[in-house]
Amino acid sequence: MTLSGNKILTGRALHPGVGTGEVLVLDQPISFWGGVDHHGVIIDVHHPQCGQSVAGRVLIMHSGRGSSSATAVLAELIRAKKAPAAMLFTECDTILVIGALVAAELYAISIPIAELSPSDYSKLPTSGCVTVSASTETLIATIS
Amino acid sequence: MHGLVLTDYEQEMLNGQHGEAVAMCMRLVVGVARANQAPRLVEIESAHADGCLYHGIAGLEYTEKLVELGAKVKVRTTTNVSSLDLLHPSLMKADALFSANSRRLMDAHLAIGCEATWTCAPYQTGHRPAFGSQIAWAESNAIVFANSVLGARTDRYGDFLDIAAAIVGRVPFSGLHTDAGRKAVLVLDFSDISRELLDEESSWPSIGALLGDIAGSKVVALLGLPGNLSDGGLTEDRLKGLGATAASSGGVGLFHVVGVTPEAPTLAAVVGPNVATMKISTAQLRASRDRLTTAVGDGLDAVSLGTPHFSLAEFAALTKELEIGTKFAESIDFYVSTSRGVLKRAEELGYDKILLNAGGRIVTDTCTYVTPILNPNIKTVMTNSGKWAWYAPGNLGIDTILGSVKECVASAIAGKLVRNDALWQ
Repeated sequence: MTLSGNKILTGRALHPGVGTGEVLVLDQPISFWGGVDHHGVIIDVHHPQCGQSVAGRVLIMHSGRGSSSATAVLAELIRAKKAPAAMLFTECDTILVIGALVAAELYAISIPIAELSPSDYSKLPTSGCVTVSASTETLIATIS
Repeated sequence: MHGLVLTDYEQEMLNGQHGEAVAMCMRLVVGVARANQAPRLVEIESAHADGCLYHGIAGLEYTEKLVELGAKVKVRTTTNVSSLDLLHPSLMKADALFSANSRRLMDAHLAIGCEATWTCAPYQTGHRPAFGSQIAWAESNAIVFANSVLGARTDRYGDFLDIAAAIVGRVPFSGLHTDAGRKAVLVLDFSDISRELLDEESSWPSIGALLGDIAGSKVVALLGLPGNLSDGGLTEDRLKGLGATAASSGGVGLFHVVGVTPEAPTLAAVVGPNVATMKISTAQLRASRDRLTTAVGDGLDAVSLGTPHFSLAEFAALTKELEIGTKFAESIDFYVSTSRGVLKRAEELGYDKILLNAGGRIVTDTCTYVTPILNPNIKTVMTNSGKWAWYAPGNLGIDTILGSVKECVASAIAGKLVRNDALWQ
């Protein structure tokens, strides 16, 4: 399924920014630490999408998982320009929000992160390109 | 608009009236508070910082920026494992740049006022926050231990926010900091599992892996598990292994063991009405254990114990398995990771010598799966740790076998896998 023409979904902004990329829907949550390498490739052998890259993608998963070092791994991926272009969850993942906040402080690169209701989450496309635009001033994210 | 309300003092910190370091840290704390929809911040008494493990330039630049801006922690802050073993540098196989950057990162933490504990189990080397205290801990196993076993209150923090919270002395008042956030939303009932199987060490990481799978990041009450937190360390170490594994296979930050952990004297004390109960079978537990073993056959190259860091009670149990004159097979590398604090006490009791004489090696300040320590020819490693078994295949590209300390020792002596599966049928 792809979002047709001018269809827009809205969610709650967790971290501000604008990002466009090819969608990557994860069947299971992932821990960035121990689960994603320095190039953005999924290396968690327990993960069904092991071997795929998150770099430049709009990463869609219910939530993060596992290690609290995921913050540092995400910040490092953002610095090295190997991070997802945007992230969409159904549950706020504080650990990944922190990584995005620090990268924005240090490198002025702001990756949008947003939380969607389960019903809107299920309407997200499973392929194709989408743009996520999130503002924490208004706490709204639009996905088009 | 969000409903976050700051005190005048907090607003001053955010505005930069207490310096740029404090202001930057407040921007992070407030950013998370908004994401979590916290109504206010809460003062903390303790922090445990995870940012001293080197993951790349970003973490180093962040921490050195804090030092440059003159940041200091406001509360007691211990440090998690680093990427270096400063006490046993000859074990390290990392390249010079990685080692130099790792050392800079450790020094930066000390410059901010952190204690040089370098352990993922600060709770077993003198940093045990009181029941009910508000804290900001990072390191997923330490978070779940502090919440579940100690009854202290921390949300699942990661690198960067831990140290930021220590510098401003506050965290968002949300999630596991609140009474409502600590209630179990699901009950797992283990009363169908035999007591003999529950007395097997490997049952506990297996329960952890199952819990993480089922719970995700939800709070769960576990019913029908034996234990007594005053038994000298056995129950504490079992729950340490359970929690560490649950925080690896899932995002578990708090679990209650009814009748054992301090917030759960009864089931009613930790659950709301109409909570669902799932009965766990021996087959489910067995499947969970099998997920932590990726190796096929009985070949073995190494053993790794101590993830999270070995406690004094675990050292005592290990040395009991080693008779005078016991030697591990030449072909097996045998590692135990622990904190420098626990090692000091183990040395006083002579535990270290017993292990070293058998051919074992002791690693401190770091862990065998986060930094290059294992010989590159090692392909299959046995461990008592569900967390190690979970992460090592991805981190190190090796295969794992889960077993008890007793089975790890027997295997290391035999030079191949020795494991008793009778109870698991």
